[in-house]
Amino acid sequence: MAEYLYLIPLLPLIGFLINGLLIGRLPKSVISLVGCLSVGGSLILALLSFFELKGMSVDARVIEQTLFAWIPSGSFHVDIAFLLDPLSAVMILVVTGVGFLIHVYSVGYMHHDEGYGRYFAYLNLFTFSMLMLVLANNFLLMFVGWEGVGLCSYLLIGFWFEKKSASDAGKKAFIVNRIGDFGFLLGLFIIFWQVGSLDFAAVMEKAPTVFVAGGGLITAACLLLFIGAIGKSAQIPLFVWLPDAMEGPTPVSALIHAATMVTAGVYMVVRSNVLFMMAPDALLVVAIIGAATALFAATIGLVQNDIKRVLAYSTVSQLGYMFLACGVAAFSAGIFHLMTHAFFKALLFLGAGSVIHAMSSEQDIRKMGGLRKYIPVTYWTFIIATLAIAGIPGMSGFFSKDEILWKAYSSGYGHPIFWAIGLLTACLTAFYMFRLVYLTFHGNERMDEQTRHHLHESPRSMTVPLMILGVLSIVGGYVGVPSLFGATNFFEHWLDPVTAKGSEIMSTSVHASGGGDAGLEMTLMFVTVVLVIGAIFLARHLYVCNTEASTRVREKSGGLYTVLLNKYYVDEIYGLLVVKPFVGLSTFFWKIVDVLVIDGFVNGLARLGALASDLLRFVQTGRVRSYATLFAAGVVLVIGFLILR
Amino acid sequence: MSVPISAYLTLAAVLFGLGTVGVLISRNVIVLFMSIELMLNAANMALIAFSRALNLMDGHVMVFLVMTVAAAEAAVGLGMIITIHRNRETINIDRFDLMKW
Amino acid sequence: MTLDAVIFVVSAVVAIFGAAMMIAQRNPVASVLYLILSLVAQAVIYVQLGALFVGVMLVIVYAGAIMVLFLFVIMLLNLRGGEDLGKPSGRVSRFTKYAVTLLLFIELVFVIRGVALPPPVADAVSSQPDAFGSVRAVSMLLFTRYLYPFQLTGVLMLIAVVGAVVIARKERPEELPEETSPDTASTEQSKEGTQA
Repeated sequence: MAEYLYLIPLLPLIGFLINGLLIGRLPKSVISLVGCLSVGGSLILALLSFFELKGMSVDARVIEQTLFAWIPSGSFHVDIAFLLDPLSAVMILVVTGVGFLIHVYSVGYMHHDEGYGRYFAYLNLFTFSMLMLVLANNFLLMFVGWEGVGLCSYLLIGFWFEKKSASDAGKKAFIVNRIGDFGFLLGLFIIFWQVGSLDFAAVMEKAPTVFVAGGGLITAACLLLFIGAIGKSAQIPLFVWLPDAMEGPTPVSALIHAATMVTAGVYMVVRSNVLFMMAPDALLVVAIIGAATALFAATIGLVQNDIKRVLAYSTVSQLGYMFLACGVAAFSAGIFHLMTHAFFKALLFLGAGSVIHAMSSEQDIRKMGGLRKYIPVTYWTFIIATLAIAGIPGMSGFFSKDEILWKAYSSGYGHPIFWAIGLLTACLTAFYMFRLVYLTFHGNERMDEQTRHHLHESPRSMTVPLMILGVLSIVGGYVGVPSLFGATNFFEHWLDPVTAKGSEIMSTSVHASGGGDAGLEMTLMFVTVVLVIGAIFLARHLYVCNTEASTRVREKSGGLYTVLLNKYYVDEIYGLLVVKPFVGLSTFFWKIVDVLVIDGFVNGLARLGALASDLLRFVQTGRVRSYATLFAAGVVLVIGFLILR
Repeated sequence: MSVPISAYLTLAAVLFGLGTVGVLISRNVIVLFMSIELMLNAANMALIAFSRALNLMDGHVMVFLVMTVAAAEAAVGLGMIITIHRNRETINIDRFDLMKW
Repeated sequence: MTLDAVIFVVSAVVAIFGAAMMIAQRNPVASVLYLILSLVAQAVIYVQLGALFVGVMLVIVYAGAIMVLFLFVIMLLNLRGGEDLGKPSGRVSRFTKYAVTLLLFIELVFVIRGVALPPPVADAVSSQPDAFGSVRAVSMLLFTRYLYPFQLTGVLMLIAVVGAVVIARKERPEELPEETSPDTASTEQSKEGTQA
């Protein structure tokens, strides 16, 4: 398998090249085949490598392949090389698996779109970049993939670029991402400066010796890396691009902004867990931001009326959970939730796409209602995903979310307040998700006659992936059943080789690894489940049984409702505090520095030349004697110089 | 011989100076050309003097070649003067200003 | 004062006198004659320095051929010495010219003073066939070490001959371009020019 690792990212790249270079010349069937099969091929290879890895002994679960030396520049040496270890194996399975299903779904969803070929080309390019990101064996190559997914995000969000809001959203995503990338690069600089290499193996091995544990440099490096994660994974304060990113096609939202790209930040933090474990202060920041984001985004999601916006804020919130997990040193829990979230969030988005498709592109849930009669497959898969995200026992989301909540409480780095925030967010999540379900699929039909006429279930290319994801949303959690229930927690131990060194550091640091007995864990789990079910019934009450009650609640909360609806006015605040000064500064540099000073200087030099030549041309009198005089004078000067020397 | 070589060289320098004055001063193009020939001859004088002092024949050969070139140059130059005179009816060097800006 | 010194001084004075008068004459024919005088004086000095062959060549080729060529041209152009030569140069330009030349002369003298030369060889002119300065001596060098420049000057002469002929001849009517050529105007102009 080591010789074939490079094929995993290469196949989508080839798909991109074929679809991209032959735009407009290929029939739709060929485009779909190329696009889907390339990712499908990568999926098969990913499965093969996973099983090969599983068959190896625990200590040696590493497959590496170096393609060639990319930057052999003295002491700075970077290769194009791939690393397959338990962590990257999970990631490539998620990326290729969910990616493949979304590619198939897109065949149906984007069928009527003019930019069909362009779409699949971008999608394949994205898959390539994401695979490079997770398979890289050094920070720099990972950064290449990081930038690549950012680019594809921009291209795909602004896919319908003739629409101004879409192209603006694409720009916003890219620029906000860039701010995060700046921090990321600074972090890389610090790491390279101290360690002398950017390879994961070298950095993780040398870091404990090179850096002072808990010292300023390592904390700074980790914080800077985390800033990159904040940008890429839409945490506070750089989350503003994700809701706007819903301007893109829905499968794009499913793939990029739910399952893969936004999780790159989490992957990066887990990959660098050794570094973060050496900087407990940075870890604390991660946890705080994760928890705060989770709660914050959930509150906004409570009142949104666009079906995709609700899911967007939900994504931001769930990402907060993943970072909370990392922040309390529960790295495998974070990745576990990443995986289950990929399943049910992708399903939710694809289901939303199915709804939008049926509703002739209507996205406002206030204009929906009672859809479950018309689109049953979509309805039942959507319900499964909603149960999963709410954390109902038996679903995948239950296992992953509960593990996070338990670790938030019990870990050496955890704290009960993290648990409390997580619990509150879980209740809010359940509430707004079921609000979404009730308003969309239950109750009175609020759409107009013409739309109702066109309601139809989506084609098989769209419903089959929904069903597969539905199964995964249920089954996917069983790899991580906690030891509480008597099963071996496969997932947690699967990632041990990656987190082993970090755990070592943790045990030698001040924070003792948390314990907590099984009884406490059970109790907390029970409390969570009860509260969540209560939230679901509250939603049912407000939106199905007694709809006037919801209107009354809204009126009573008045100002609070407006604030939430307008997303706490964050975009407006940014516009005022950040964007306007920047625009002013840039205008200054443009009008004054560039036009007056620099252009003036350059043009002035040119004018000087013209002026000088205007004067000097009078030397050319055309008269031989003047020339001869000058000639003689020159000879005098030269001989004089030679004499005097 | 009691005349030092530097005397001959000084004579050559004087002739060269006179030739330069002639080139710069005269407006008659014929006289200008003759002044150029004078300058060439001054150089020849210097060459012969050095050849004598160093007892080498190379100087004489160089003078031979210089005279040849001077003859060629004089021929072509006079041809040009004839042509311009035909067109412009002048031998004033200051009227030969076709290369003026 | 030895004989050599006397010969040198007299010849030098005559040479300088001839050169100075050449410049100052109005009549170009007179200028030519004064130059010939100067050249003959210089030939005497050449012979004193032992350059028999070159000295004779100076008289025959330079004074005899080149100066005669000058006279031909003067006669061709029918110059009498009274031609309108335009305004004389202003005082400033004349001053600078004299100054530049004087500086040049001073610098040359400076250089000459710095030259450390051995006194000339004792034996003077000799009529031995391969003596210093004889035809044989010159040709020994000319056809061996300086063969390449010699051949080149031959080619140069050829070019000069052809060039002078081409430049100076009148264009005959049948050599002018056809009347139907596109630039009839320039053809007319050149025709007028040749008849000017």
